[in-house]
Amino acid sequence: MKFYGLVAAAASLIAAPLIAAPAMAQQLAPSETLDAVKARGHVECGVHLGLPGFSFANDKGEWSGLDVDYCKSLAAAVLGDATKVKYTPTSVQQRWPVLQSKQVDVLARNTTITFSRNATLGVDFQGINFYEGQTFVVRTKAKVSAVKDLADGTICVAAGSTEEKTAADWFRERNLKVTIINFQKNDDAISAYDQGRCDAYTAGIGALAGQRIKFKNPEEHQILTEIISNDPQGPVTRWGDERWQLIVRWTLNAQIAAEAFGITSKNVDEMKAKSQNAEVRRILGVEGKFGEMMGLSNDWAYNIVKQVGNYGESYERTVGMGSALKLKRGSNELWTKGGLLFTPSFQ
Amino acid sequence: MLLGVRHRGGDYSAVSGALSAMLTFLRDRKVRDILWQAAATLVTVAVIWFFVRNASENMVKAGIASGFRFLWRDSGIEVPFNITGYKPSDNLLSLLWTGIVNTLLVSAASIVVATVVGFTVGLLRLSRNWLLSTLAGFYIEFVRNIPLLFFVLFWYFGVLAALPLPRGSYDMLGVIFLNRRGLSIPTPNDVSGLRLALLVIILLVAVQYGIARWARARQARTGRDFPVWPVGFVLCGGLPIAALVVGGMTTTWDLPILRGFNYRGGFVLVPEFVALFAALSTYTAGFIAEVVRGGIQSVRQGQIDAAKALGLTHGRIVRLVVIPQAMPVIIPPITSQYLNLIKNSSFGAAIAYPEIVAVFMGSALVSTGQSIEIIAITLGIYLVLSLSVSVFMNWYNARHKLVTR
Repeated sequence: MKFYGLVAAAASLIAAPLIAAPAMAQQLAPSETLDAVKARGHVECGVHLGLPGFSFANDKGEWSGLDVDYCKSLAAAVLGDATKVKYTPTSVQQRWPVLQSKQVDVLARNTTITFSRNATLGVDFQGINFYEGQTFVVRTKAKVSAVKDLADGTICVAAGSTEEKTAADWFRERNLKVTIINFQKNDDAISAYDQGRCDAYTAGIGALAGQRIKFKNPEEHQILTEIISNDPQGPVTRWGDERWQLIVRWTLNAQIAAEAFGITSKNVDEMKAKSQNAEVRRILGVEGKFGEMMGLSNDWAYNIVKQVGNYGESYERTVGMGSALKLKRGSNELWTKGGLLFTPSFQ
Repeated sequence: MLLGVRHRGGDYSAVSGALSAMLTFLRDRKVRDILWQAAATLVTVAVIWFFVRNASENMVKAGIASGFRFLWRDSGIEVPFNITGYKPSDNLLSLLWTGIVNTLLVSAASIVVATVVGFTVGLLRLSRNWLLSTLAGFYIEFVRNIPLLFFVLFWYFGVLAALPLPRGSYDMLGVIFLNRRGLSIPTPNDVSGLRLALLVIILLVAVQYGIARWARARQARTGRDFPVWPVGFVLCGGLPIAALVVGGMTTTWDLPILRGFNYRGGFVLVPEFVALFAALSTYTAGFIAEVVRGGIQSVRQGQIDAAKALGLTHGRIVRLVVIPQAMPVIIPPITSQYLNLIKNSSFGAAIAYPEIVAVFMGSALVSTGQSIEIIAITLGIYLVLSLSVSVFMNWYNARHKLVTR
């Protein structure tokens, strides 16, 4: 009996790791959000109520914009299909509870990265997809050339946005008196400015280029070129789900890296088949199995570039020269070309 | 053995004595009521404590800041219309106080005007003049069938569109300016002269009240009339205005002057306040009119016939017979309308009037992210406001209740 007991113990000691090994190889940190997305079959994305160029629904209900393209990239990476996204339009107030309560998986809503948001709201910023700068739109008739000419004026702003505090601080530092009227929604502030309640409306220069179409007579308004603050904006996730945060971060990095390596939606198949660049091969999943390390398929970055495009293509299509906004790349260019977009290497 | 039996019998009688005492105690109705109350209180407290603990633990886990210390943080939020002297460098607690004051301001002003307009329209609705009563009916139906948000937006955007830009303001007497940015009124630099005038006015009002009481007593004694109203016009109308003018002449004034884009100086009554005030007053007046109509129609026809038989004029019948008997019927529903008005002042958030919902539940909530604490505080404040109004109205009603046999 003792002999057979010894044999059984030895056998189990040898067999156990062999049986457990395959299971252990697949063990990744649990990700509640990723599991929920896979079970649901689509990504829930929190977007703006309607900001042309960034996240805007046309009258057929089709969403388009830079942030919308980011959501589509996420869906392409996680689920393999860029169309599997549901958009939740949120106001400046609604965006935080909607993310904190797990109603959306990520917030792609031209949200500025600030210390107090990171520290007190339980949210994390996973990178920068647009470098914004705050400025003002005024009536051309008012002949305002610099921001300080707005002293003694009235400024409409959306309550709770970074623009509200930045504008108040800017004028206070220079001892200039200005009246700031807070509205609950950006659209209310815009129509009040249009009606003449305020002398100026303040938002980011990219956002203003988009909001311009909402004015009754866009030609009568002029967007100032003086920038009073730099606002980096990027996708936002909540604390606690590190693997999901990893996926969100590297989806954005993949788009930027694709542009850095010259991979576009048109040549991605050719690059995948023929490229000898080691990093390109790792990005496109030819070698390295990077997708599996995150819990996704190895095609994740290939799907992003094939279905949505790299960062440059997305930018030109939504806010750049190929769109109605006609914004120049400026800081939103690759660092090798004089801009600020940078990604760590795919190694 | 015998001893043991007796001993056991002794035990039983002690226990049964205690049991029967307890049963008698419980059979008392008052004791049972108190015990049920205590149990209900304990359960309520336990449930609330559980939810609060649960919420705060989950918030800590999610990295969301919690607690009430955020109230002492610097606010940084601009409030363009305030009479408390709030600056963005003050803390969130004074922002909260500013919001409360603004809510009270618009609510109090609207309650006064809504009551006056409501009573008038209600009485007109019962007028024998067909045109007046039909017009009143149209007003009431129009106002009761359209949502308040529409009125608020209509008054705000409608009024805004009608007013001129600052460069072309309407000016009254060269010192008061009305334009799209608001009504600019000069403010006195030194209020001591006006404080004296205010004291004089209070004295005059007290004198008028004394005269009215004396006149009523004299009429009860001798039947002789006294022209109380004309005396009142002088004492409470002409003389106070003269006092204010004299008081105003003793100080220098901070006049609104056009500087660049806007008028600077003086006090600015923003269009948001005017729009919200107008919308709330006209809307609630329609409901108050119906309440008043119901109250007046509840007075028995016999009372009016008897008053006519006594030879009272129509105005005196309404003032001395109908309205005092209609008040106990009118006051409870009017209390509800006042509470509705106070809660409806939160529509100010839709047009950027800085009342408590816009300023605290809007700006402060987004800048600190502490939704649960802020919403709880706002609920508490509305509760306190509403309860105060109810308590006051109930006291007023009890004072005017008709003593019936």
